Amino acid sequence: MIRTGLKRIYIGLIFLFLYAPIFTLIVLSFNASKTRAKWEGFSFKWYISLFENEAIIQALQNTLMIAFLSALIATVLGTMACISLQSMKRKTRAVLIGITNIPMLNAEIVTGISLMLLFISLGVTFGFTTILLAHITFNIPYVILSVMPRMKQLNPSTYEAALDLGASQLQAFFKVVFPDILPGIISGFFMAFTMSLDDFIITHFTKGPGIDTLSTKIYTEVRKGIKPEMYSLSTIIFVTVLVLMLLVNYTPKKK
Amino acid sequence: MKKFLCMFLCMVLAMQALTGCGGKKTGENGVVYVYNWGEYIDPETISMFEEETGITVIYDEFDTNEAMLPKVEAGASKYDVICPSDYMIDKMIQKGLLAELNFDNMPNAKKNIGAQYYEQSKGFDPENKYSVPYCWGTVGILYNKTMVTEPVDSWSILWDEKYQDNILMQDSVRDLFMVALKLNGHSMNSTNKEELEAAKNKLIEQKQKSLVQAYVIDEVRDKMIGNEAAIGVIYSGEAIFTQRQNPDLEYVIPKEGTNVWIDSWVICKNGENKENAEKFIDFMCRGDIALMNFEYITYSTPNTEAQRLIEDEDIRNSKIAFPNLDDYENLEVFRYLGEEADAMYNAYWKEVFSN
Amino acid sequence: MSKSRKMLSLPFLFWSALFILIPLCMVFYYGFTDKNGSFTLQNLFAIATPEHSKALWEAIKLSVVSTIICLLLAYPLAMILSNIRTAQKSFIILIFILPMWMNFLLRTLAWQTLLEKKGVINSVLSALHLPALNIINTPAAIILGMVYNFLPFMVLPIYNVLIKIDKNLIHAARDLGANGVKTFLHITLPLSISGVISGITMVFVPALTTFVISRLLGGNKILLIGNVIEQEFTVTGNWHLGSGLSIVLMLFIIFNMVLSVVTDKDGEANAI
Repeated sequence: MIRTGLKRIYIGLIFLFLYAPIFTLIVLSFNASKTRAKWEGFSFKWYISLFENEAIIQALQNTLMIAFLSALIATVLGTMACISLQSMKRKTRAVLIGITNIPMLNAEIVTGISLMLLFISLGVTFGFTTILLAHITFNIPYVILSVMPRMKQLNPSTYEAALDLGASQLQAFFKVVFPDILPGIISGFFMAFTMSLDDFIITHFTKGPGIDTLSTKIYTEVRKGIKPEMYSLSTIIFVTVLVLMLLVNYTPKKK
Repeated sequence: MKKFLCMFLCMVLAMQALTGCGGKKTGENGVVYVYNWGEYIDPETISMFEEETGITVIYDEFDTNEAMLPKVEAGASKYDVICPSDYMIDKMIQKGLLAELNFDNMPNAKKNIGAQYYEQSKGFDPENKYSVPYCWGTVGILYNKTMVTEPVDSWSILWDEKYQDNILMQDSVRDLFMVALKLNGHSMNSTNKEELEAAKNKLIEQKQKSLVQAYVIDEVRDKMIGNEAAIGVIYSGEAIFTQRQNPDLEYVIPKEGTNVWIDSWVICKNGENKENAEKFIDFMCRGDIALMNFEYITYSTPNTEAQRLIEDEDIRNSKIAFPNLDDYENLEVFRYLGEEADAMYNAYWKEVFSN
Repeated sequence: MSKSRKMLSLPFLFWSALFILIPLCMVFYYGFTDKNGSFTLQNLFAIATPEHSKALWEAIKLSVVSTIICLLLAYPLAMILSNIRTAQKSFIILIFILPMWMNFLLRTLAWQTLLEKKGVINSVLSALHLPALNIINTPAAIILGMVYNFLPFMVLPIYNVLIKIDKNLIHAARDLGANGVKTFLHITLPLSISGVISGITMVFVPALTTFVISRLLGGNKILLIGNVIEQEFTVTGNWHLGSGLSIVLMLFIIFNMVLSVVTDKDGEANAI
């Protein structure tokens, strides 16, 4: 009893830690003042001006598209890589994973500028595609790092057993291996999605004129003060996702 | 989970459908690529320009001069009009990135921009060939009257031990060294080793005595409004905004002199729409348009016509927004000092911070 | 079978070659040349100057401490979560990821609002007549920021391996007389080590080069290696020195590779 109590308190504290700044942002989104340093009363005005702001809505759309596509492609590439890496020698594997980890370590500006130079030399027009390619690149290590541990836990004989029982390779993979590594794949996808949402520097160097993501909008606003519309947008995103999650989690399941 | 993903995907796609596909059509009279600071223009003025001229504006934003330069230099995208700051314009001229302007095509730029601003611009654009001032201001001390009771008129207050852990300094190399160089009576464009050495020692002394609460760039605004610190080094454009939010704050230009900064329009050599670019710059120099932008940005405008049109008397006569530059001594604009000097500044900056 | 499995790596290998190795070659080119384009090791040795080595040392200190704190917080948390009987495992993943969907800069600024001298936390504390919390603009605030930002990257990989561990093994160990600590040390920990390594990589490696957290929460009073590299690229435009220092940092990737080769051996030995 005491132990479950302690566990609850522990989880509660961690959640408080993770969500405290989020609640701060939500409160700020209702602040009538333009600065975060002062409370000037409750107001919905930032929500109204948010919906009038075409640029922000456009940026939101770009952000979601890029985050979704880059996370999806990175997840597919990364998972495929994990499957084949597992059949390689230990050292080859370590070297390959090491190489994919490089974009994670390099200061973002190094990755950003070197990708920009690459795209220039390839003669690609800067725009949506270049941002997408760059995001996939820095997302791959996050996918591999979350799928790999599950891969290692995998029992190779079940896959072979499936093959022996007459399943095709594809069938064996999707029936036996895939369900086992799925949690790793899902968390890899979400990590990749998250990294993509947040990136500023690499996006800055790989984007073309006229295309913005929320991050590039927010960072360029810093000099003049971040517009409170961004707080209200964050609040809307947060509440929407939360509601979605709860809906999915608590709808009765049909078997 | 699958359900969540499905719903999520549907939402993303629905958003896509809802807002329709972005992407502007090219106007009848072509396009102009504009690269400006974030939140540094009233979006309304862009629409007005498009309507009046039939030129489509492809607008893009940057957050620092330094993030803008590599993109322009590498030619990743071809911008026509850019709005960099003083020393960066100097650097871009030296790198041969800018095109000479033809002022005959820009009557408003000739007529409306005050002569004293062109005079100041000579610090980085000696013959006024490349740039048209857009916004300007000074750097000074913002202090909280409830925490600082003595009169403030000198940079030396930033070394007063009474204000331990109560001072906000600028983080960027040149802005930080400007304060110490000016206090020591040197030019802020100094490349003299001894002068820089002295400035560095002054800054290390300030840091080691824990006088500085934080080295900040843009947060100084919110921190001063929130009464977090007693004294901060700040750009004058922010000073007006902070004062409106917190009446206890006061802005002064120190007697040792300071930095006058100017952000100006320039035209890129590798841009493809020079004619439209000049039209754009000239449009921005129109009195009514400059006024709209001033009201939106609240940074001082060099546009005398716009200054005359300001309705609010307090602002029109504000000493912070429009100080008479002749009243102050030792005002300077930043110049680009060359790679070697940059490296030297940077080395000293690192020394200050690793102490 | 192994041939077709190897084929699966082709897109990944192609991708890595084009978007990681070629840009990396550029970084190496800049790192090993000077302004005139002639070969030099100067940019690499620059790490030995007192300012740079101190900046590196400070960055290592902060990221090691943050990684350890993340691990200590995340492991028990992942254990508790892995024992929760819920059909929706991914619900738990999302709960941890969701805060990260608010922009990084906004979140970090929110921490500033919370931690400041006259910030939210201190207002609450003073209303309760408790002593004020003075950690803004100190290394403690930087560590807090890092832990906050990287914690989910530690929790998730550990959680992912823990839910896979066969509970029967643990019961068997207990039945055979092992106490809780012994069971943990001999069964749970070794079986989850691959998740721990992933977590450490995902926390330590990016933490080493961030500097925005130190700028916003630490008052920028400590020079970190990420700061130096950024500064060399932007302010002085000295891409050569910036690249050289980045190459030095890649030693940590090599260290990581060695670590994973070593632990991989144990992992395979223990695989059931």
